[in-house]
Amino acid sequence: MSKTLIQNGYYGNYGGSFVPDEVQKVLEKIAEEFAKVKDDPSFNEELNYYLKEYAGRETPLFFAKNLTEKLGGAKIYLKREDLNHTGSHKLNNVLGQILLAKRMGAKRIIAETGAGQHGVATATAAAMFGMECTIYMGAKDTKRQALNVFRMELLGAKVVAVDKGNGLLKEAVDEAFLDLVKNHDNTFYLLGSAVGPTPYPEIVEHFQSVISRESRAQHLEKEGKLPTAVVAAVGGGSNAAGAFSHYINDENVRLIGVEPAGAATLTKGSPGVLHGFKSYVLQDEEGNLLETNSIAAGLDYPGVGPLHAYLHETGRGEYVTVTNEEVLEAFQVLSRTEGIIPALESSHAVAHTLKLAPTLSPEDTIIVNISGRGDKDVQQVFELLKNQ
Amino acid sequence: MSQIKEAILETNRQGHKAFIPYIMAGDGGLETLKPTILKLQELGVTAIEVGIPFTDPVADGPTIEEAGIRALAKGTTLRKVLETLSTFADGITIPLVAMTYLNPVLAYGIEAFAKDAYNAGIRGVIIPDMPLEESELVHPSLQAAGIDLVQLVSLTSTPERIEKLTKASEGFIYAVTVNGITGARSSFEGNLEDHFKTIQSYTDTPVLAGFGISTPEHVKQFGSFTSGVIVGSKIVDCLTKGDWDTIENLVKASKAVPLA
Repeated sequence: MSKTLIQNGYYGNYGGSFVPDEVQKVLEKIAEEFAKVKDDPSFNEELNYYLKEYAGRETPLFFAKNLTEKLGGAKIYLKREDLNHTGSHKLNNVLGQILLAKRMGAKRIIAETGAGQHGVATATAAAMFGMECTIYMGAKDTKRQALNVFRMELLGAKVVAVDKGNGLLKEAVDEAFLDLVKNHDNTFYLLGSAVGPTPYPEIVEHFQSVISRESRAQHLEKEGKLPTAVVAAVGGGSNAAGAFSHYINDENVRLIGVEPAGAATLTKGSPGVLHGFKSYVLQDEEGNLLETNSIAAGLDYPGVGPLHAYLHETGRGEYVTVTNEEVLEAFQVLSRTEGIIPALESSHAVAHTLKLAPTLSPEDTIIVNISGRGDKDVQQVFELLKNQ
Repeated sequence: MSQIKEAILETNRQGHKAFIPYIMAGDGGLETLKPTILKLQELGVTAIEVGIPFTDPVADGPTIEEAGIRALAKGTTLRKVLETLSTFADGITIPLVAMTYLNPVLAYGIEAFAKDAYNAGIRGVIIPDMPLEESELVHPSLQAAGIDLVQLVSLTSTPERIEKLTKASEGFIYAVTVNGITGARSSFEGNLEDHFKTIQSYTDTPVLAGFGISTPEHVKQFGSFTSGVIVGSKIVDCLTKGDWDTIENLVKASKAVPLA
């Protein structure tokens, strides 16, 4: 676990809190409350209850025999976060944060969402816990993920389409911060990815770490050893943070993050300060954030969580890119080979695995984080393939 | 002593309250920067806040955010703003204060920024997304170049926090009048007079009120218990409409004696 990595809100040089003073106060309160609950047995008992009974955990670590044989290299295991309630890893973090919000007495939850998965997960939990909920989503994203917008509304949330700038995830985050600054008295900002000012990145990593807590035990049971590599898609970095977390101190386990070529923050970006934290950002020479382009709405973000910036800088993590074409291919390959339709985000991890597995030996194993299911993407893929 | 602090104190000595308008550099094109600054100077403002456009202005409301988007669309950059200001810095007799987010300054390189900013007539910097705890990133270079680092004090700051911020703030103390973001307000909450007097009690650095101030009445109201006011969104709005009459009335409200 990387809990030793965080020092005063920083992972090495990355993290921190770059916000106006009144937001800082709110964040300090959240950090205080989080510190109280994270190792508190009664909090964790309640959280585990919901993770098991409501989310349906633990998720399987599935040996993808067909794909392994097809590629002829390392054994491929799929960590099935797509089988989580709401269809992605997002609910792990949402359940943890909403219980924290409840402990803090918040009556209202706000969140940002890119692909819509975090928004749906948040609206889901808000419905169950009886809390008012507003979700900010970039206007462009509301169109390409229109069904998720409807889902959120069905679940009782209000969805605000942010029609500024590019109308994508960063605009949604900006708007959510504005809301928090105005309404911090009664509102909890449930951040969906491992980004933002401290304590959010470590809160998200902590609640997502259930992924690797499970996968480590599962893999040890099945293989009697640790995996050779763990591969996960990286947008803001929450599913990867969770997938990597319990292996960070296992130096022989390779941690591989896969970014879209059109939003390759770690490979093409540089250190900067955005959305209240210091990390790698995709920026021009002036320090303005660049437009990103990814087929996967959930990865279309010019920043990345500070944990990944740190892992990249120290070389502990390897960060690679795949193209939209490779992603579309991987989406179809996993569907046909294993009967699992992965989310386009997760397809990034699959795409890299298709290249990686053949280069390793059959004694090696790879855990691929299937961060979500692809049902939400079939319409978009249908259109893309039609036009090919 | 800080040129900004001196300018404010001198204004007060003459019986007026300081008036600092905010403009978004590059809104309407960089060629409007010189005439706008010169005209404001003519109206008798104490200093001018020069906003630098940024793609993610988290502390700004729609007026300033949209001005920033317009400025960016015209290709405005921090570098071009400083270069433009440098071409007429000799003719400017009042201090300029840059209001910018942290990332553009880091991308520029803090030492180069401090030097070029000073040559552009900038004597103070406000960085709304840089908390006091992180100010070591920029403070040494700014101090070496003779540029003040101005701190923002919010309505919810505790007494301990206020004390820390006021003691650290150079030039003036930017006391925010509302919770949240910039943008004209029709009314303000709470007992602000006490809040501002508390702030002033910690320091002899002048306290200026800013955010939301948009009418001559606001200017007089806030002027009555501070050393002066900062007006942002309203000025930006007036400039896009070419409405100099309203700007003049706002400036006049800060004067005890009407301009000749």
